[in-house]
Amino acid sequence: MQDRHKEVSENSQTENLGAHRWTMHRENGQVVVVISGDWIAREGGMSVGAADHILGHDADTAEKISFDVKDVGRWDSGLIAFLWELRSGAAVRDMVFDDAALPASARRLLALASANEIDVAVPADNSSLSHQLGGWVIGLGGKIFGGIEFFGDVLLGSVVGLRGQLKMRAVDLLDCILDAGSLALPIVTIVNFLVGGILAFVGAVQLSRFGAEIFVANLVGIAVVREMAAVMTGIVMAGRTGGAYAAHIATMQSNEEIDALNVIGIPVRDYLILPRVLALTAMMPLLYLYGCAIGILGGLTVAVGMLDLTPTAFFEQIRLAISGSQFLFGFGKSIVFGALVAIVGCRIGLQAGRSAADVGRAATSAVVIGIVGVIAVDAIFAICANAVGF
Amino acid sequence: MARQTQPIRLEVSDLTLAYGSNVIQRNVSFNVARGSIFAVMGGSGCGKSTLLKSLIGLLRPVTGSVQFAGENYWGVSAERRSEIGREFGVLFQSGGLWSSLSVAENVALPLRMFTSLNEASINMLVRLKLALVGLGPAADVMPADLSGGMRKRAGLARALALDPEILFFDEPSGGLDPITSKRLDDLILDLRDGLGATIILVSHELPSLLSIADAGIFLDADTRQPVAHGSPRELLETCDHPTVRAFMNRERMTTVENTGGHQDGRK
Repeated sequence: MQDRHKEVSENSQTENLGAHRWTMHRENGQVVVVISGDWIAREGGMSVGAADHILGHDADTAEKISFDVKDVGRWDSGLIAFLWELRSGAAVRDMVFDDAALPASARRLLALASANEIDVAVPADNSSLSHQLGGWVIGLGGKIFGGIEFFGDVLLGSVVGLRGQLKMRAVDLLDCILDAGSLALPIVTIVNFLVGGILAFVGAVQLSRFGAEIFVANLVGIAVVREMAAVMTGIVMAGRTGGAYAAHIATMQSNEEIDALNVIGIPVRDYLILPRVLALTAMMPLLYLYGCAIGILGGLTVAVGMLDLTPTAFFEQIRLAISGSQFLFGFGKSIVFGALVAIVGCRIGLQAGRSAADVGRAATSAVVIGIVGVIAVDAIFAICANAVGF
Repeated sequence: MARQTQPIRLEVSDLTLAYGSNVIQRNVSFNVARGSIFAVMGGSGCGKSTLLKSLIGLLRPVTGSVQFAGENYWGVSAERRSEIGREFGVLFQSGGLWSSLSVAENVALPLRMFTSLNEASINMLVRLKLALVGLGPAADVMPADLSGGMRKRAGLARALALDPEILFFDEPSGGLDPITSKRLDDLILDLRDGLGATIILVSHELPSLLSIADAGIFLDADTRQPVAHGSPRELLETCDHPTVRAFMNRERMTTVENTGGHQDGRK
């Protein structure tokens, strides 16, 4: 590269020495490699694999390899790579590598490339299929047991926390409540309003064929209160808040903030996890109640617009259709969904690796597992309710 | 060729650097000779890294120019600037490695993006660059699994990927132990001599500055402008600016302790 500099900056009349070239010949029992032209890697000035050709071809009896570099023009790593490869090849074949004719800077780089070959511990490569499968199964088992342990730990912590005996900072809890509560209202409003409206629309199309338009209110009321408000709010919060929890905690992991907490002895559970779990578990039922009201409002808007029903008749019909126990059923589910989404988000964030990609993966996993978890738990609730005839 | 007569590689004139209305440094002018190791010195928070940012194209200066090979770096189009940028290799303070790529992939990416070399040639160059910094066996390790010193060396291998004309180092020995730091200094000297590259170094590590830099500028945080020009050794021996003296004094004490008081010729 020195020579490249020379040409660029000092000598504008440098002759063009053309493309990189090498030839070889035997001389007094040694191999002489004649190198010429420009060896700039970026411009393709490299000869990968040439070493095998030079050394393997005619060097069986040669004891020494030397160079003639009179006609070399500009050079950089391209030439060094070529020489380095030759040198490694010569070492394997017990040949003397005579670098006396090479430029001093090239000799220095060659020495550096070889001198620095220090041992570095590299993780063992266990790539056999059975090893991978076994590792995966053991890892999965560990994750499940770890998840149960984490859940129990958070549950115990919550009990202690509710007695007011935790080192949790009130301001953290309030921040989390604000984030999981009022800041979530716009998206909860939009989703529940649209779901209520869609239910009313589907119901109106079908029920008007039997002249039973008024039962649109029953459909909307029962569906929203029993299922949709809780499930849709749970899904929205899994995407919005669960993902944010995972990304936040994973970033703290990669910034060594979690390590700092552990070193000082501040329990991660009390400081990071419980404020989030308690906040979301407390806010989700409130969001559920709000979602019910908005869902019914969405249904009412469509019903009144499409079916000539009066709002009074709609509300009266809903009042008859929904029992308090259905509210309780939805309310209870929303508490479980809140705890589930928060615990999944925090757990995945804590387990994340330390790279930027790991943060992205953690957020994705938290959202996917949160949404699937909400729907799966809802299905379990539905089966149980059916079994007890509710 | 004697060093004094070497041509200018980078010419910085009358640079003013600011974040918004907050001026960090002004009246910054210096020339960097080809093949030299130029140090940007100063205490914490004086704007060393900010100056580096404006030299490598990350922060547009408010006024002034940075001339590289006769072109004003900040006066050309963004495309031309990124072309010039390929002549620069930068070692960031924390290594700046792309965490989702292995060490070898980190070095290979610039070669894949900006050259038309085939896969065998790229692999050869990657192996060479990693061998130069002593990380050959760690090629397939992910950056998160490297130690601080190894991360810096991996960052250095990546900076060398395209055989840059100028190498920029932001606090190369920051956070490293004295032995690792010394090794890195030796490596920088070897690379300068071997590659013939010009090196611009931002640092406040005095032992390292004194042993490798042969020119430099001292930025003052209080007056927000450069207060001294010269190699760290010259500043240590001749500069009488109070901030520079205070900065260098600590090193004088350390040097005297290390050599049992013989450094200044005293018995």
